[in-house]
Amino acid sequence: MKITCNGETKEITPGTTLVSFIQDMNLNPDTVVAECDGRIVKRDEYDTLVFSDGNVLELIRFVGGG
Amino acid sequence: MLKIADRTFRSRLFLGTGKFSSAETLKKTIEASGSEMITVALRRVDLNDPADDIMNVLDRDKYLFLPNTSGARDAKEAVRLARLARAAGSGDWLKLEVTPDPRTLLPDPIETLRATEELAKEGFIVLPYMNGDPILALRLQDAGAAAVMPLGAPIGTNLGLITKFQVEIIIDQARVPVIVDAGLGAPSDAALAMEIGADAVLVNTAISVAGDPVKMAAAFAGAVEAGRAAYEAGLGRKSAEASASSPLTGLDFIKT
Amino acid sequence: MFTIPPFAQLKAKVGFCTDADAQRSLRANHLNIDDLAALLSPEADKHLEAMAERSADITAQRFGKTTQIYAPLYVSSFCTNRCSYCGFAADNKIERRILSLEEAESEAMLLQQRGFNHILLVSGEAPAKLGVEYLEKLALLLRHRFAAISIEVQPLATEEYARLFAAGITSVAIYQETYDRKTYNKVHLGGMKSDFEFRLDTPARAAAGGMREVGIGTLLGLADWRTEGLALGLHLAWLRKNFWRTAITVSFPRLRPAAGEFEPLCTVTERDLSHLIFALRLFDPDVGIILSTREEARYRNGMIGLGPTRYSAGSCTAPGGYSDPEISGEQFAIGDHRSIQEVCAAIRQKGYDPVRKDWDAGFQLH
Repeated sequence: MKITCNGETKEITPGTTLVSFIQDMNLNPDTVVAECDGRIVKRDEYDTLVFSDGNVLELIRFVGGG
Repeated sequence: MLKIADRTFRSRLFLGTGKFSSAETLKKTIEASGSEMITVALRRVDLNDPADDIMNVLDRDKYLFLPNTSGARDAKEAVRLARLARAAGSGDWLKLEVTPDPRTLLPDPIETLRATEELAKEGFIVLPYMNGDPILALRLQDAGAAAVMPLGAPIGTNLGLITKFQVEIIIDQARVPVIVDAGLGAPSDAALAMEIGADAVLVNTAISVAGDPVKMAAAFAGAVEAGRAAYEAGLGRKSAEASASSPLTGLDFIKT
Repeated sequence: MFTIPPFAQLKAKVGFCTDADAQRSLRANHLNIDDLAALLSPEADKHLEAMAERSADITAQRFGKTTQIYAPLYVSSFCTNRCSYCGFAADNKIERRILSLEEAESEAMLLQQRGFNHILLVSGEAPAKLGVEYLEKLALLLRHRFAAISIEVQPLATEEYARLFAAGITSVAIYQETYDRKTYNKVHLGGMKSDFEFRLDTPARAAAGGMREVGIGTLLGLADWRTEGLALGLHLAWLRKNFWRTAITVSFPRLRPAAGEFEPLCTVTERDLSHLIFALRLFDPDVGIILSTREEARYRNGMIGLGPTRYSAGSCTAPGGYSDPEISGEQFAIGDHRSIQEVCAAIRQKGYDPVRKDWDAGFQLH
């Protein structure tokens, strides 16, 4: 199945959780905030959120800024 | 000591973390600045460069993170970014920036006020970036801003405190702390802002793009301390006019 | 809530200033509370002429060559307070009177015929006789006939001020009389007014109630005038910080002869009064400064343009006194007995414009 992450289409296996997806992208789940279909995902849902086909995911984190 | 909301700060220099050449330089610069509050922005992760994580180099226990809403063009976008920042675990502190004009990055006063009202209601500690407009400062304060951040000059211009006249009025009138943000190009600009009574300054470009950012951070830290000390010591003011040696008013009508 | 430091502490602050402090503050562009202390100190006495000159410059710059004119309208002399300096004090055997709404209206119309457009409704403090309802009714009767209606009555609650504002009253005068608690307790022997804190908080309530203008002041002759000036400056600065939408005026009434034969506790000369006015003007360039008919015509003429921005004229301090000049029971004896025409002529002669209408309630939407 497919989801869109930060504008890119990603092929994932059904049953993939948010936390495993983030780790697969070589990102640290502690420093990344996720928005799934326009809804901010709470930190305690990272382990339990399982993607459905067509989900639109935004992964955001802090960068340098003034 | 400076107090904003319920937090006290020994250093009155806040540091922006943008435009640094390397994470290592950034880390050393923050240390040299003595700053206890540093600003960060929120961006979409670049999936092709996952290792570029600022949080790997910054100690969250040591510094208060002040996420900004840079990139927001209206109140709605700013509120969304604020909520994301909070979800990212930065706490309730927020530097509100609403800059619809990509050329000047000047803040939109109307959208900034709207966003401040909304975010203060949601429990954010809002520090809005604003132009040197005294009435807007009061309106933002009334809307729940924890401090106001008038610009010295447009972001990144290094023009210094060209809003001095208005910022003086803001300092005179506001109940909340006044932090001069943006445009300060040299330590002397920061010292001037502190001399006229600003509670703190936020500096980024002038430090990050200096030949030696670490050294420049120390220079700004010294200037901020000197300016503050001069303010507290009661700076000898420039006089508007020479004092009359032979007064002309004539008070002889007064019964003695 | 505004709190005032101990009077002795403020007095020490004024006394501690040097001549150098005074000179520096006199030249400063932007004065803070330390500057006000320096300008009120005895060291500043010898700079009175220079202060007058700066005060006159600032006043002209901020207010133009104008002086506002108003008249008080005393509506009631009933009072439950026992203030030892006041002719209306409950213990004084004077003829008490409260004007009916019709009488108050006809007194007001007399003032209007004489050329007044700004009036100040004044009463003693006797809420059972004269409460918010009375003031509201009277304001509704007068609001379309006067440009501005102010009140100087008992302290009210924020909601009551809001109610009166909606009825057309735009300004409230409420004087602390003295910022020295000890003296305050000594001269306010009974009644609601003996609560120092409640009175101190009243200007803030009036501002919170939406009033366009709030007047504060001290009654000179009760405590050290220099310290009173500093305390008033603190109160003024606090109100500015917390109610930036509200215009503020200050007034320094000097004790006048009144029923009860109260002797002033300290002397305040015309020179001292002038000193206070100039210092406050330098401290706050935008504050309205009122000089009432308590002062003599000669002095009031001399002060035109030097700092004060508002003069009362043709005043009578007894209820009903405009229709019946023979009436007794005045609050105090006035010092300037000229008519509004005479006062206006004196102002014009000095090159200033007497302004009888500075605002119109018709502009106000809510």
